[in-house]
Amino acid sequence: MGVGILVEGLNAWYGSTHTLQDINLPIPANHATALIGPSGCGKSTFVRCLNRMHETNPIARATGVVKMGDIDIYKDASPVEIRRRVGMVFQRPNPFPTMSIYDNVISGLKLNGFRNRRILDETVERSLKQAALWEEVKDDLKKKSGASLSGGQQQRMCIARALAVDPEVLLMDEPASALDPVSTSKIEDLIFQLKSQYTIVIVTHNMQQAARVAENTGFFLNGKMVEFDSTHKIFTNPKDKRTEDYITGRFG
Amino acid sequence: MQNSPIREFLSKRGSGSLADNSFAAVMLLCALSIFAIVFFILTILILRSHQSLVQFGWKFFTRQAWDPVSGDFGALPFIYGTLATSLLALLMAVPLALGVAVFLTELCPRPLRAPISFLTELLAAIPSVVYGLWAVFVLVPLMRDHLGPFLVKTLGWTGFFEGANFGVGLLTASIILAIMILPIISSLTRDIMNAVPNSQREAVLALGATRWEMIRIGVLRNSRIGIVGAVMLGLGRALGETMAVTMVIGNHPDISKSLFAPGYTLASVIANEFSEATGDLYLSALIEIGLALFLVTIVVNTIARLMVWAVTRNAPARVH
Repeated sequence: MGVGILVEGLNAWYGSTHTLQDINLPIPANHATALIGPSGCGKSTFVRCLNRMHETNPIARATGVVKMGDIDIYKDASPVEIRRRVGMVFQRPNPFPTMSIYDNVISGLKLNGFRNRRILDETVERSLKQAALWEEVKDDLKKKSGASLSGGQQQRMCIARALAVDPEVLLMDEPASALDPVSTSKIEDLIFQLKSQYTIVIVTHNMQQAARVAENTGFFLNGKMVEFDSTHKIFTNPKDKRTEDYITGRFG
Repeated sequence: MQNSPIREFLSKRGSGSLADNSFAAVMLLCALSIFAIVFFILTILILRSHQSLVQFGWKFFTRQAWDPVSGDFGALPFIYGTLATSLLALLMAVPLALGVAVFLTELCPRPLRAPISFLTELLAAIPSVVYGLWAVFVLVPLMRDHLGPFLVKTLGWTGFFEGANFGVGLLTASIILAIMILPIISSLTRDIMNAVPNSQREAVLALGATRWEMIRIGVLRNSRIGIVGAVMLGLGRALGETMAVTMVIGNHPDISKSLFAPGYTLASVIANEFSEATGDLYLSALIEIGLALFLVTIVVNTIARLMVWAVTRNAPARVH
């Protein structure tokens, strides 16, 4: 399988705290990669480094190489360009409350000045279908505010919003942690559907979730990546003692 | 994905860094213009008050004389009048404004909320000369015939209510100021309290708090910095308010303990005497009064900032 994102020697800091220490990781293209680990281990910081979201915090800093194809995202491009190619879904649904569902979904295109009505309409339908929300909202697209949906629907709308700009990579930072089990399983199905078209990186606290959706899993601990392997291997026969302790619930 | 007109479109868009940088530069200019304006005003005030600055030096701010005929000038009575009326006004307006804000955000039945908010904001839109007129025709007689005698009877022993009561004076000016700064403080405070997330109120209520305890811990405590900001804006307006105060304060440069006594403020002496200032020294003394008002505002704001800092210094730091 091809490499979607190649991470080499990535270090990140919050103020004086060294939150990521020398991470090396080839993230396979068109597959889902899960990142697990206890709270504060650096996995969220890691995904936020992949679209240069980390540096939006004034006290944060990152060094290292993150390559998408031939482009080093920290050297060869601006954060703006990177974020057009790398979509992100956050822990809590963050719809734009003043916009209709339709406007929420195309907001990424609108702000870039995309005006073609026909393609906008098609994109809304395509992304909402990809996010498995189309059937539930197709009659109220322009009538209802994005914030009037239920939490699970909001999160799927946010996924549709991220997909509308047709990114190559989709980053998901605990996308289901604020949702009920039914919504969670819908999101997991989605990830399963989407991963053939997009490179997906998903941070999760839920180890079953990692096992269900991802081919590969990385285990983070105290700012270091302890182990990265196929999900099957990580959960059945981990090489590192610390990984084994974590997945068997002996700590964390 | 192979097709994607969208990807093609987006890949042709530039980094937008030129636009972003020019935007940042324009915003920086806007911010710098504030410095420029302050600097410009201060420079002019200092230049134009040169004669008086040379003649009286720093003593100008501590001298009590104000005698245009013999050319003897000092700012102390005006500084006293400004500070006394403004602080008294705050003393009356702040509790009232907090009450209005707490009522509007926490207790008011929904249908009443909009009308009361609208009325409070309407108060802020009334021109100050209209407040002045109202004070002359309503507040002054009320003070002379009812409120004044009542205060003498109940609080006369404090010594704050002595001498002849003509209805005009420091107290009347303070009351009209309090009414004028009430709307700005209460509507800002209301907005600040509205911004406190409901989860904070619920967290306190769930501990078994009464409604008052919920308001104290969940709402007031969370908005205290914003409330100080609102009070400072009100104080700023009180310090500089000219017209209404001029109409009811009595316009006499005295420093008197009695709140019935006529006074004078920095702003109202400029308004009253600027057009009839004869002689360069008189004029430059009046401009130096403007400088004094400027300095008083700065000092008062600095003290308020220090108070906020002192209160929040030992507060637990917020994460993120």
